[in-house]
Amino acid sequence: MPSTKQNMGWGLRLWVLAVAVLLLAPTLVVIPMSLGAGQTFEFPPKEWSLRWYEEFFSSPQWMDSVITSVQAALLTGVLATVIGVAAAIGLDRGRFPGREMLRSAMMAPMIVPGIVVAIAIYATFLRWHLNGTLLGFVLAHTVLAVPFVITSVSASLAGYDRTVEVAAASLGASGWTIVRRITLPLLAPGIASGFVFAFVTSFDEVVIALFLQTPDIRTLPVQMYDSITLEIDPTIAAASSLIVVVTTAALLLPQLIRRRRSDA
Amino acid sequence: MTPMNSEQRSSVQRGAAQPGASQPGADRLSQTVDMAGATSTRHNRRSATGWILLPAIAVLLVFFFYPLAIIVWRSFTEPAIGLDNYTALFTDGVSVTVLLRTLRTALIVGVATLLIAYPYAYAMTRVSRRMRAVLTVLVLLPFWTSVMARNFAWYLLEQRGGLIDRFFSAIGIDGVVLLGSVTGVTVAMVQVMLPFMVLPLYSTMSTIDLRLMDAATSLGASRPKSFARIYAPLSLPGVVSGFSLVFIVTLGFFITPALLGSPQQSLVSQVIETRVGDLLDFPGAGALGTVLLVVTLVVLFAVSRVARPATALNQAVDRA
Repeated sequence: MPSTKQNMGWGLRLWVLAVAVLLLAPTLVVIPMSLGAGQTFEFPPKEWSLRWYEEFFSSPQWMDSVITSVQAALLTGVLATVIGVAAAIGLDRGRFPGREMLRSAMMAPMIVPGIVVAIAIYATFLRWHLNGTLLGFVLAHTVLAVPFVITSVSASLAGYDRTVEVAAASLGASGWTIVRRITLPLLAPGIASGFVFAFVTSFDEVVIALFLQTPDIRTLPVQMYDSITLEIDPTIAAASSLIVVVTTAALLLPQLIRRRRSDA
Repeated sequence: MTPMNSEQRSSVQRGAAQPGASQPGADRLSQTVDMAGATSTRHNRRSATGWILLPAIAVLLVFFFYPLAIIVWRSFTEPAIGLDNYTALFTDGVSVTVLLRTLRTALIVGVATLLIAYPYAYAMTRVSRRMRAVLTVLVLLPFWTSVMARNFAWYLLEQRGGLIDRFFSAIGIDGVVLLGSVTGVTVAMVQVMLPFMVLPLYSTMSTIDLRLMDAATSLGASRPKSFARIYAPLSLPGVVSGFSLVFIVTLGFFITPALLGSPQQSLVSQVIETRVGDLLDFPGAGALGTVLLVVTLVVLFAVSRVARPATALNQAVDRA
């Protein structure tokens, strides 16, 4: 192996440091903002308080939006995972003409511009009376999430050794038993990461939800959007801070646990 | 499910009946399984596969392709059949300007993120394992953090009296309020899109054997030359993936322009939203959307030999 570390000049190191700051720092301004006491977005705040956290947890409007978002994300996660896992296995095992075209078609929601998908779904869901319903959010988000699940599971399938299935079959396992006891457990990491992708895709989605919202039902990102554009409601700072903290914890905890295990 | 069983069993026997094969490993055996499937129980196999693909096909057809087709269709048929909505784009005096502004913004964001991300992704391949984990998490954090939270943060930074304004005032330049300008949108978009560039770049760069560079320098090439002749071409698929991904996503991105831009300097997504949200002009918005869609498809087709941007990103995240 070549001596890699010495080859990194100071210029490159400084660049990496600057990019790291750029990646991380801007988002962190929401935290001091959330601890302010003022009614505006004035930054930095002149006085400090926890009133916006109190507001966040006590306001029915904010709490309803959180509940709607969690429901939509969970349902989207389950639905997209089931559909996506099945599709990934079908694409991997099927031998039929046009398979690659079908795969590309299933990836389409990832590349069609977000605003175009949003108005298309909005127009159709208006006619079907799906706007302003939980089902509407779930179906729209599932469409966006399925490609992510397919890619995640396909990656797992690429490293999948099918001789294990053959061995199970030779020992007398039935088709369904093989799927349940061999295939799905071996694909578990891909399925799990697909579920996380689908959950976050739904939880984070704004544009479609913005169109599908009604005064009675809106998701958390839509509530945040409205609190900037319509209301100037600093509660969004508390909501953003909580999201940042939860996301960071969710990402760092597995890393830390893994490190502790490898140190032990 | 007995047919599948017997079929697989028979293939095991077939596999075992090839002692001459030097590597009776996984590939060979599963190939045999496929061949057996294709010959003996073709019908059975195909129908099983078809069934498993059906839910995804149905959901995407009904809730994605159908709505998309309808919105494109309406842009050609309402209020009258023809190209009226498209000729209007050229005659209304705004749409062309907005489209060009959007393309320019997406181009700038693409180039800026590439220039910022390239050295970072390169460094990721050269540091220790522990440091690499840190640099990866630094990219994944913004990637997974709520888009709304990140754009709200930029709103705070760019507003009048915000940190950016204060910083420039402190060094003697007054009135740098980025909020409400294309510049403000561009700056925020660059930061928001940065993970979308770093991840595909790193994904490609991590496969490059750095010893090739050492070999080049040991043969007398200068370091810049060995970079230009060896490293840069090998990293090209990552560059193309990252650039086209950022370009495409920026084209249709709504939240950043909507929160940080202004109606006077709007991008396509804002105009589309206004037409639908305020005017219920689906055909007019559909025409703009169709143009956006065509641009996207052209870009994807142009890069399709080298890269599949969306898949590349997803896989990079999966691996990280």
